[in-house]
Amino acid sequence: MNLDSKVPTGPLPQKWERHKFDLKLVNPANKRKYTVLVVGSGLAGASAAASLGELGYNVLCFCYQDSPRRAHSIAAQGGINAAKNYQNDGDSIYRLFYDTIKGGDFRAREANVHRLAEVSGAIIDQCVAQGVPFAREYGGMLDNRSFGGAQVSRTFYARGQTGQQLLLGAYSALNRQIGLGQVKMYNRHEMLDVVVHDGHAKGIITRNLLTGAVESWSGDAVILATGGYGNVFYLSTNAQGCNVTAAYRAYKRGAGFANPCFTQIHPTCIPVHGEQQSKLTLMSESLRNDGRIWVPKNKEDCTKDPNTISESDRDYFLERKYPSFGNLAPRDISSRSAKEVCDEGRGVGPVVGGARLGVYLDFADAIGRLGKDRIVERYGNLFDMYESITGEDAYSRPMRIYPAVHYTMGGLWVDYNLMSNVPGLFVLGEANFSDHGANRLGASALMQGLADGYFVAPYTISDYLARVGPGKPATDSPAFREAESTVNDRLKRLLAIGGKRSPRYFHMEIGKIMWEYCGMARNEAGITTALEKIPRLREAFWNDLRVPGENGELNAELERAGRVADFLEFAELMCRDALDRDESCGGHFREEHQYEDGEAKRRDEEFSHVSVWEHRGDDAEPLRHKEELVYEEVEMTTRSYK
Amino acid sequence: MKLYLRIWRQKNAQSEGRMVDYELDDVSEDNSFLEMLDILNEQLISRGEEPVAFDHDCREGICGMCSLTINGTPHGPQRLNTVCQLHMRKFRDGQTITIEPFRARPFPVMKDLVVDRTPFETIQQAGGFVTVNTGQALDGNTVPIPKTVADKAMDAAACIGCGACVAACKNGSAMLFTAAKASQLNMVPQGKPEKDRRVLNMVRTMDEAGFGNCTNFGECEAVCPKGISLDFIAKMNRDYATASLKQLLGTPV
Ligand SMILES: Cc1cc2nc3c(=O)[nH]c(=O)nc-3n(C[C@H](O)[C@H](O)[C@H](O)COP(=O)(O)OP(=O)(O)OC[C@H]3O[C@@H](n4cnc5c(N)ncnc54)[C@H](O)[C@@H]3O)c2cc1C
Ligand code: FES
Repeated sequence: MNLDSKVPTGPLPQKWERHKFDLKLVNPANKRKYTVLVVGSGLAGASAAASLGELGYNVLCFCYQDSPRRAHSIAAQGGINAAKNYQNDGDSIYRLFYDTIKGGDFRAREANVHRLAEVSGAIIDQCVAQGVPFAREYGGMLDNRSFGGAQVSRTFYARGQTGQQLLLGAYSALNRQIGLGQVKMYNRHEMLDVVVHDGHAKGIITRNLLTGAVESWSGDAVILATGGYGNVFYLSTNAQGCNVTAAYRAYKRGAGFANPCFTQIHPTCIPVHGEQQSKLTLMSESLRNDGRIWVPKNKEDCTKDPNTISESDRDYFLERKYPSFGNLAPRDISSRSAKEVCDEGRGVGPVVGGARLGVYLDFADAIGRLGKDRIVERYGNLFDMYESITGEDAYSRPMRIYPAVHYTMGGLWVDYNLMSNVPGLFVLGEANFSDHGANRLGASALMQGLADGYFVAPYTISDYLARVGPGKPATDSPAFREAESTVNDRLKRLLAIGGKRSPRYFHMEIGKIMWEYCGMARNEAGITTALEKIPRLREAFWNDLRVPGENGELNAELERAGRVADFLEFAELMCRDALDRDESCGGHFREEHQYEDGEAKRRDEEFSHVSVWEHRGDDAEPLRHKEELVYEEVEMTTRSYK
Repeated sequence: MKLYLRIWRQKNAQSEGRMVDYELDDVSEDNSFLEMLDILNEQLISRGEEPVAFDHDCREGICGMCSLTINGTPHGPQRLNTVCQLHMRKFRDGQTITIEPFRARPFPVMKDLVVDRTPFETIQQAGGFVTVNTGQALDGNTVPIPKTVADKAMDAAACIGCGACVAACKNGSAMLFTAAKASQLNMVPQGKPEKDRRVLNMVRTMDEAGFGNCTNFGECEAVCPKGISLDFIAKMNRDYATASLKQLLGTPV
């Protein structure tokens, strides 16, 4: 497996500039000879499709929702980072770069992260130009807030709906290209395979979700911007349709899967209420700007009305343990701390599955200091959402929150050009592994998705296209036929099992295994157990699944079955990776490796690398390769937020 | 709680649909409305029947995919709420609930509760953007935007494009949606240069798609999960009148 990262030589701050000069260009008149297939219309996919369309390429864009605007980027609440230093508080490109590397617990590639910080400012400019209504101050200037893992205020936001507004911006640019005929949009199309022709990614196979038609699409390059795989845990903050299928199919066609075990558990979500729940709802991290997190000091107080518990009987555990970052400690650390206090029996809220899994997020101080109106203005929609879900009023009693699966740092391996090891297959946004190491900082996913789509991929894809020249294969060539029949066979197989259990049942079961053994804390015995359970569950799936209906129609259960089938295979890969990475870092906490105070203990000598997994057939074990991480600029230290 | 459900079942766009009755026991009031439908579907699957098709994705009130009419009201009884955020505690034990798709002429039913809202896409492709390419932007703070203007634009931009406004309107008008989209951009400095073209093109496309006229019933505002105000319709009408007048006078727009 070729894992040349193609990081340019030269000093870090000049790498991207030089690289851009070295990249080949496609003559404007020749651009229309090329077709680029973009799978995904979230921030990464929509921004890439629009920008490539503007450049003059023919673009075909696909998403599984009924409109590109409904991609899950729409749900991001809190904000987007950029090193503008508008607040004069000491921010800089270098600081954003450093914070991201450190936040990722030194498991990201330096050069990619520096580039991300470099282009961050241009993203804000672009969005403003599109008419994105960012929050402003009275003087008309852009407002900022703070997010976890940073001591500067660099997060731009649009109320509690930043992802929505950024996506609508990218979507409007996309719409302009659709209107101009430069981009063709295919909604309600699910990608089910990648076509590799003569060693290059040249096409995809989709299923039309309304009619069931399986179709082949040929292009000169393929972009996957299909988001994250958090739904392998069943319950997560992701949308119902979020899947690993697109990335996993690419993996099966030869693309390396990097760090699959790096998942992020977000500290502030509404706790689980019962068995029939279908999703978990995030309460934006921005709430930690003004909310204080605590649990009772004494177990006996856990069932009391929180407002009657006196100050001296409260344990503001983040402020106690991490005085300099306090409630704004990074996500992995905050989540684990919440789990710890709940495991000690000091959790609050209803008992679910034998324990009280919740901590308080309290706004009483902030309301006293700023007045209720300011809090309504900042977070009104979040408080409303909380009330509608829990039936409780968070202005008068503290919210209850608990960590939930939220984001996946792992993804398909890409080089500096965001191209996977399969030439012509580019991977953008959450679907790739590149920038967040073992833990992503808040407000950095939106930044990365748009950086990839607006400012990186348009350059690097042009370089690839210029090198290979135009010439997409016909869709009746052998590679397409083989892929199409693989997809058709699998659909038939899923429909033919004729068992008793629904796709959702298997999804819930795999979710339970993953949360229990490969969730917030992991250990060798647990992961080994999961590795025994998963193949058994997979076997049960292929023997006892019932998918009602047929292929030739809108069939939501068939869609779900296909996604669950991939989760059932992918879960095993995740566990293998978690077992293989015998250290703790960021969101990957191996209980065997911790300091006395419970902090994650990295093992840099052995694990300062990206683990990249190669598929070697359904009956063979996957092979782990390494991309060594070379730190030229930053000195690896033990993360401290104390 | 126990529920009596009356649900619109329709095999596909070509076939006729009808209401079908179902009974459901043991629903927790903490469940969301869509989780309640999940439970029903699980039971249907185990009985070997076809589950009910409905659109949904984020289940947190922001993607605009969910689109059910409950007891005659798009998104159901709770104001300022999408159906995915509606919880069963808003219903009574033993209640009968009718569930239908968002009905409107330009939104044909594709199956059961799933409709096709493509005309919303077409309207936005006609003008719901600022003509600016990637890379052309000035620094974000070059043009100050008064907070009041930015806030108002955000009020319009909060639209999730679900189509409840159209489904609630007796005329099947898409004015609230189109007005929210056009006004958001027409209000901010970045959107001003093509303000006239935008409103003319979007309104024309809306009309061509077969949406009805607005006769000021205000049902749209009442069901809008994001509380988009009728004021935006008035604003779009003004923008439209100005642009039409310019066109009439032969001023290039
Ligand atoms: C609730 C929530 C809040 C968040 N808040 C923040 C925040 O405040 N700040 C921040 O920086 N980040 C935040 N994040 C993370 C961030 O939103 C995501 O990481 C980011 O938006 C992902 O963008 P994307 O373009 O990579 O993927 P997505 O937006 O998930 O888009 C994926 C696209 O791929 C398509 N797709 C997927 N699979 C297929 C397939 N098989 N076939 C065809 N199409 C397919 C989908 O239709 C969709 O168009 C949040 C995430 C969540 C869940
Ligand atoms: S499912 Fe997304 S708004 Fe209801």
